[in-house]
Parts: sequence; structure tokens; C-alpha cells
Amino acid sequence: MKVGIPKELSKQELRVGATPKNVQRLRKQGFEVFIQKGAGQRANYADKEYEEAGATLVDSAKELYEISDIILKVLAPTNEEIEMMHKGLVTLSYLWPAQNQELLEKLAAKGVNAIAMDAIPRISRAQKMDVLSSMANIAGYRAVIEAANHFGRFLNGQITAAGKVPPAKVLVIGAGVAGLASIGTAHSLGAIVRAFDTRMEVAEQIESMGAQFLTVDIEEDGSTASGYSKVMSKEFIEAEMALFKEQAKEIDIIITTAQIPGRKAPTLILKEHVEVMKPGSVIVDLAASTGGNCELTKDGEVYTTDNGVTILGKLDQLPTQASQLYGNNLCHLLDDMGKAENFKIDMEDDIVSRAMVTYDGKINWPPKPLPVSPQKPKVVEAPVETGPTDEEIAKKKAKSTIISLAVIGAFLFLLGKVAPADFMGHFTVFVLSVFIGWQVIWNVSHSLHTPLMAVTNAISGIIIIGGLLQTQDDLSNPMTIIASIAILVASINIVGGFFVTHRMLKMFKK
Amino acid sequence: MISAQIQTAAYLFAGILFILSLGGLSSQESAKRGVFYGIVGMAIAILSTVLGGNVHGHIYIIIAIAIASVIGILVARKVEMTSMPQLVAILHSFVGLAAVLVGFGSYLDPHTQELSGTEHTIHLVEIFIGVFIGAITFTGSIIAWGKLQGKIMSKPLVYPGRHAVNIILVIISIVLGVLFTQAHGTDGMLYLYIMTAIAAFIGVMLVMAIGGADMPVVVSMLNSYSGWAAAAAGFMLGNDLLIITGALVGSSGAILSIIMCEAMNRSFLSVIFGGFGATPSSSGGDQEVEGEVTSTNHAEVAELLKEAKHVLIVPGYGMAVAKAQYPIHDLVDLLQKDGKKVTFGIHPVAGRLPGHMNVLLAEANVPYDIVLEMEEANDEMDETNVVLVIGANDIVNPGALTDTSSPIYGMPVIKVWEADKVIVMKRSMATGYAGVQNPLFFKDNTDMLYGDAKDSVDKILTELRS
Repeated sequence: MKVGIPKELSKQELRVGATPKNVQRLRKQGFEVFIQKGAGQRANYADKEYEEAGATLVDSAKELYEISDIILKVLAPTNEEIEMMHKGLVTLSYLWPAQNQELLEKLAAKGVNAIAMDAIPRISRAQKMDVLSSMANIAGYRAVIEAANHFGRFLNGQITAAGKVPPAKVLVIGAGVAGLASIGTAHSLGAIVRAFDTRMEVAEQIESMGAQFLTVDIEEDGSTASGYSKVMSKEFIEAEMALFKEQAKEIDIIITTAQIPGRKAPTLILKEHVEVMKPGSVIVDLAASTGGNCELTKDGEVYTTDNGVTILGKLDQLPTQASQLYGNNLCHLLDDMGKAENFKIDMEDDIVSRAMVTYDGKINWPPKPLPVSPQKPKVVEAPVETGPTDEEIAKKKAKSTIISLAVIGAFLFLLGKVAPADFMGHFTVFVLSVFIGWQVIWNVSHSLHTPLMAVTNAISGIIIIGGLLQTQDDLSNPMTIIASIAILVASINIVGGFFVTHRMLKMFKK
Repeated sequence: MISAQIQTAAYLFAGILFILSLGGLSSQESAKRGVFYGIVGMAIAILSTVLGGNVHGHIYIIIAIAIASVIGILVARKVEMTSMPQLVAILHSFVGLAAVLVGFGSYLDPHTQELSGTEHTIHLVEIFIGVFIGAITFTGSIIAWGKLQGKIMSKPLVYPGRHAVNIILVIISIVLGVLFTQAHGTDGMLYLYIMTAIAAFIGVMLVMAIGGADMPVVVSMLNSYSGWAAAAAGFMLGNDLLIITGALVGSSGAILSIIMCEAMNRSFLSVIFGGFGATPSSSGGDQEVEGEVTSTNHAEVAELLKEAKHVLIVPGYGMAVAKAQYPIHDLVDLLQKDGKKVTFGIHPVAGRLPGHMNVLLAEANVPYDIVLEMEEANDEMDETNVVLVIGANDIVNPGALTDTSSPIYGMPVIKVWEADKVIVMKRSMATGYAGVQNPLFFKDNTDMLYGDAKDSVDKILTELRS
């Protein structure tokens, strides 16, 4: 099987379908790898590195498309690229099939088996191939870094000789993968982070990343089976807007990440919100390409409003990192499809059947719905057992203590009545010794339990005294033989037990 | 010759030394002194007995002790730390055997026949109970030894109706006991013989019914029995030192059993009367596990360790079997030199003996202050980057906390999955002792590293050094 990596045609696209590390991995999977010259250049990967990793350099895209069985790309192919494809070619790239019906038709007409990496279902098995997640993670990180760059102050609070610096306040709207990555990054830079999401279930995740979960007073859960949030009611949106306005007055950096697949991004930050923000504040709109979460966002532009708020409508792609993760996602998918040896397009497979948007000359979109569950299955709440209160337990305990003490007392009394004085004396010693042993042993360190067993082995050899007292002078007496054997085994215990304990304890070193 | 009063005083002193000896084990620093106290106490006890006047046949005594000392030292020097459970088990059997022998000796002793009335009856009851406990301890410990040594299959041997059989046997023993106390002279010998045989059989069946990983409980339980056997011998002989020591050892073993049972969230009775094996394929635990098992290789683990700041190692019995503790020590050294924090998390029932893992790590020169108990390890889990689980399974099973249908539900476990990344070193995907699927292996942040533990650690070491 031959895998080809073409150079991306768009000048804005800095990423590449596979990095030298991915090439190594593809080689391990058994693929032959071909790469167009200069394909990795914009992502800072030199041709030489690819060659060292085991890829063969190819001069032109045409040649590459001709020899390849599988193409690893980032952006959806252009008409020019589709022209070069042959029947049966498998391509892996972004396609946005919901918006690109025409493109699908062209690919199907060519007989190309195109996999849309953005259509990988969001189920747990497919997480490692999910390019949307891995790219969102980068965007979330980058959003904070670029916001910090445009923001005129520290993110973390400091107390310096020159005076006190308050920490910056960051508001993250939408706690998907990008939002959570932003929260984590901002939190680790020392900012105070707040986050808002319509899905109640993510509150825990938000808090675990170090942010405070903001909420409105209306009970409405925005989660849906697809994992994305639904459109909320009017009341809810009003309350949400009021909350944002309240927050906008004191927040320094707003990062918005709310997107709904196949639709325009919801408008969350209005003009009036921006107007109340302090000069020098920053808004990063990660949904800029789909219409923007902020009313004033200009896609692909960074500009400052009249009241001094900088709005970022584009982000650097971090191509080196992004290519690596993107390539990893592709490798995982190829892994799943059987590597080079057993490569197979299995249309029964949950993942392949949904991501393969054109197959065998036909369009395979939209796929059957597959409910996925980032949300946990709702646990039916078990009826809480109305257990006894502490007081009742204490009472019960006291009662049972009294009963057991009474039983013990009665037993001792009866024993005292029948047993001879001698026995009672020994019995006293016995009971008290059990109590002492009980107190002493609980203090023994857990790590010394094995030495404890060995030393108790040794001292239980004290039974030797029994043998000593029973030995007689002549060997013909069976008592002598029995006693001698008893002495023998008990002594082995004593000597062996102490010795091995000593040996063990010597090993315990700090 | 010393007087009886001085002898009693010496016994008292020896008793105090024994208590101090056990008390010393509360920390590693005082433990060595503790052993010294124990040795001195034992020497005082033996000397004061021998010098006490009632003792005859010194020559036989000296010969027996001399032979035993040689055997004892040879065994104790040679034993490998991985075989400590076996040694402890066999030493228990010796105490049991001695108790049986002392019981028989005491019955044959002419002084016994001189007693009359209640005193005589009580003495006979003491002998009977002493021999009973001694015989159970003796055969039970031998079976435990055999299982630990691998001479006897470690699978629990259970047959239907065995509880009834055991109860009948105990009832027969009680009947024999009544007959025994009523027999004149040494006529009761036959009853004693039969009862000894029955007790020996009970001992065998009791331990046969218990499987491999429940061994810590069994060994602790036998430890306890050996103490009670010694205490019973003390009653027979009217010797307070034996009673004190027996009681100390007995309660020590009982406490260890309790600790072990708590660590498995099982009642003592359920362990003794049939382990997990007794209820095969309980529908629980087959709960469908979501996710996928991912495996990794040595180079990737080495990379991971290079980047980690805090590494936790959770060893299980598999580490002992593979003798991986030595390369693990080298690994710890290497990581520590790199400025990383390395700790060990020890579950109370890891291994085949309470505290077994600690001894194995100590033997491999792992400093004891980085060896943490389960709770301490759990407290630090959220700041742990990488966890290496080596030859352990059930003690890191998240199902024990979440899956109410699991047979091990409620057992406290080391929550390794709360760390950033978990590497499980294991031979295969086989289930652990409890026969329960482990959802840990299916978690996203868990990777499996298949193969022999020692081999794997060696390979990781090579990767790290290169």
C-alpha cells in the first residue's frame, strides 16, 4: 500500500497531513510513504527529515496522486486536485460534507473513496481519531496565548516591590474541548477563570480544570444526545445575556467557543456587552469562521474597537504542533482500518461507515444517526435508605455493649463458681494479656507485618518450656521422646524466627 | 537451682520483654531493638526453666536445642524473601506440632493422674483443647505451606456439604472430649488419638478450601491459632509465661486477619468458609466495559517516565513471582537521580503475606520512607503523573468502588486511574484472583505493557539509559 502526502494548495493552510514522526509510524504499519517536495515546509518540517524517516520524495502533485493508494491531506481537495485523483483512491481530509454537497458529488463521480475526518463519530472508541477535538485543543490553548499577547497586563497576580498586581479575569464561554483547553491554560498562567456553558453536565469538568462555573437561575439543561448543546429558550437567553453584561464589566479577557455543527454560531456577546468592557480588554472569538459568537467580530481580522477592546477573529494555527496531532489522528484511523497488510474499507464499521462520505461512486451522507454519550447514562437514583441516625446508632451501640458486658460478667461468675483458684489466676493473666496484645499490635506499622509474623513465630516457640518440663532422664520413657521432639521443633522456631526477623529488619533502610 | 519465686519473677520479666519486643515493631527504627528484647526474654525464660529444678534429661534437651539451632540458622539464612510466606507457614506448623506433643506429654505425665475432681476435669479439658487447636494449626499450616510453595494446587478445593461435614466432625470431637474427661488414668488415650486425627483432617480441609490470594488471611489466622495453641499449653502446664506469650501471639494474628479482611472488604467467616471460588460466575463483574484496551511498548513507557515528575509504583504478587524488585530498585534510583519523585503504593493484601511487599522492596534496597500505604498513595494520586502497576490486578480495580454487582465491590483499592497516566505491566489480559474483569484496563489513560515484569522493567531501564 502506498500512502501519499501532497502539499496543501491554500497559502493560508500551514499544516501538513503527516509529520516525519507520523511517517515513521506509517512505515511501521507497513505502508510505503511518498511525499511531495516542500509539503511540510510551512509546518517547519524539512524534506530531509521526511527522507530520514523513510519517505520517498516526489516532485509533483500529479505524480504523487498517480502512484498513491491513500492520500493524507488537511483541507478538502480543490477541483484541480480532484482532477488528479483516480478511481478507488482513498483520501483522508477535512470535507465538511454538510456544507459541501457539490464537492461530494464530484468526488463520487471520480470514484474516490473520501473520508471526512470532521465526520468521525464522537464515540469513545474514535476519540483518538477525532481531529475536531485535537484541533480544538490547540485553538483553546492558542486563544489564551494570543489574548495574553494583546492584553496589556500580567495574567497572574503578583506582589512585587514596586506594588501589587491583581490577577486578570478570564471568561470562557462554551466548555467543549477548546473551552476546557482555554480554561486549563488560563488557569495555569495564574488568571482567575470563570466559565459558562448551557450544559449542566460539564460543570464538574469546568471546576476540575480550575475555573468557576457560572450559571443562570433558570433550570434548563442544554445537553443533547449528540454532545452539542441545543438552542435554548428565550427566557434562558435573556438571563444569559444579563449575566454576560454583568460579567463584561469586570472581565479582562473573554474567549468564546460556542459552535453548533452545520449552523451559524450563536451570537452571545452583543455590542452593548463590548461597550461596557474596560479599555484594554480582549475578546477571542474561536467561532469567527462560522459567523462569530461576538456581534463585532470580523472574521480573519484583529482590530480594536472605539472603546479600546481588541477583538481577535483569527488565530495562528500552531502548524508544527497541529500537524503532529492531526497526523496522529490519521495514523490511528489507518491503524483501525487494518494497517497496510489488512487494509480494508469496512462499511459495517461504526466509524468508517460514517466518515466515508463517498464510497464506490456513491454519496454516503448524511449517515445514520448515532447517539453518542459524552454524558453519563442517567443513573436511576436508588431510594436512599433512611438509615438510623447517629444518635440511634450510639444508643444501639451502648445497648449492645451493655449486653455483651453482662454476658461476659455472667460467664466469668459461673467460671469462678466451678473453677479452682489456680485456674482463675491463670485465666486472669490470659485475659489481661489478650488486652495488652490487642493494644500493642494495633500500633505495629503496616510495613512491618511480615517481621511481626516472624517474631511472633519466634516467641511462640516459648512452648519449648512445655517440652523442657516434661523431659525425663531415661530415653525409654515415651514422654522423653515426645518432649524432645517438642523441644526440637520449638527451638527451630525460636532460632529461625529471631534470625530471619533480624535479617529482614536489617534490610529496611531509609 | 533457683527457687520457684525467682523463676516466676524471671518469667514475668521475660513476658515484659516479649511485650516490648512486639511494641518495638511500631516503627522501623525501634524494631531492631525489639528483636533484641525478644531474644533476651527467650534466653531468660529458657535458662530459668532449666535451672528451676524440675527439669530432667538435660543431655537430651541440649542435643535437641543444638540440632534445632543449626537447622533454624541454616533455614533462616538461606530463605529467599519471596519465600517468606512459606517459612512463616511452616514455622506455624511447628508450634502446632509442639502443642500437640506437649498435650500428649502432659496427659502421660504422672502428675496429671494425681489431680482429682474439678481440677482433674479442667486439666483434661485444657489438654483436649490444646491438642485440638495444635493439630488444626499443624496440618493447616502444612497445607498452607504446600499451597504457597506450589506443591498443592492453589485453587480452592470445595465440595458440597463440607460445612455440614465440618460441623459433624466438631460435634464428634466434643463427644470424644466428654468421654475423654470421664476416662480413668490414661484410658482416654484412644479418644485423644481419634480427636487428633479429626482435628488434623479439619485443618487440612479448612485450608484446602481457600485460594491463593486469600492466603494473607489464612496465614494470619494460623498465626493466631499457633498463639492460642501455646496459650492452651500454658493452661495445661499452669505456666503464666506461656499463657502471656500465647495470648500476645494469638491477638496479633487475629488483628492481622482483621486488617486483611477489611482490606478485602470481606468478613472473616466468608474467607474461612470458602473464597470467591465458592460462588463461581456470579453474574456480577461481567458488566459491560466501555472503551478499548490499548497496549504500549517499552520505549514509549521510557519516554513517559522521562517526562513525568511524580511516579508511583504499585506492585502486586506478580512482582514477587517475576523477582522484578531488583530492576525496579535500579529504575527508582535512575528516576530519583533525574530529580523525580518516586513512591510506592502498597495495598494491605498485595502479596501472599501481610507486609510481604514491604519486605521484598526492603530487600532490594528500596528506602522504606518512599513506600507508602494505600491511603497515603491515594491522597497523592491527583499530583501523580505516571503510575506503574506491576503484577497487580484486583487491588487497582475501579469496579470495586463503582460496580455494585462486582464480587469485590466495597474493597478499598488504590485509585491509580486518577493519575494522569497508568501503565499496567501484565502477562496477559487474564483476570485477577477474584476472576473479575478490570475496567481499569479499558480506561483512556491506561496502557498495557504485556510481558514478564522483570523483563519489561529491564527493557525500560535500557531505554532510559540509552
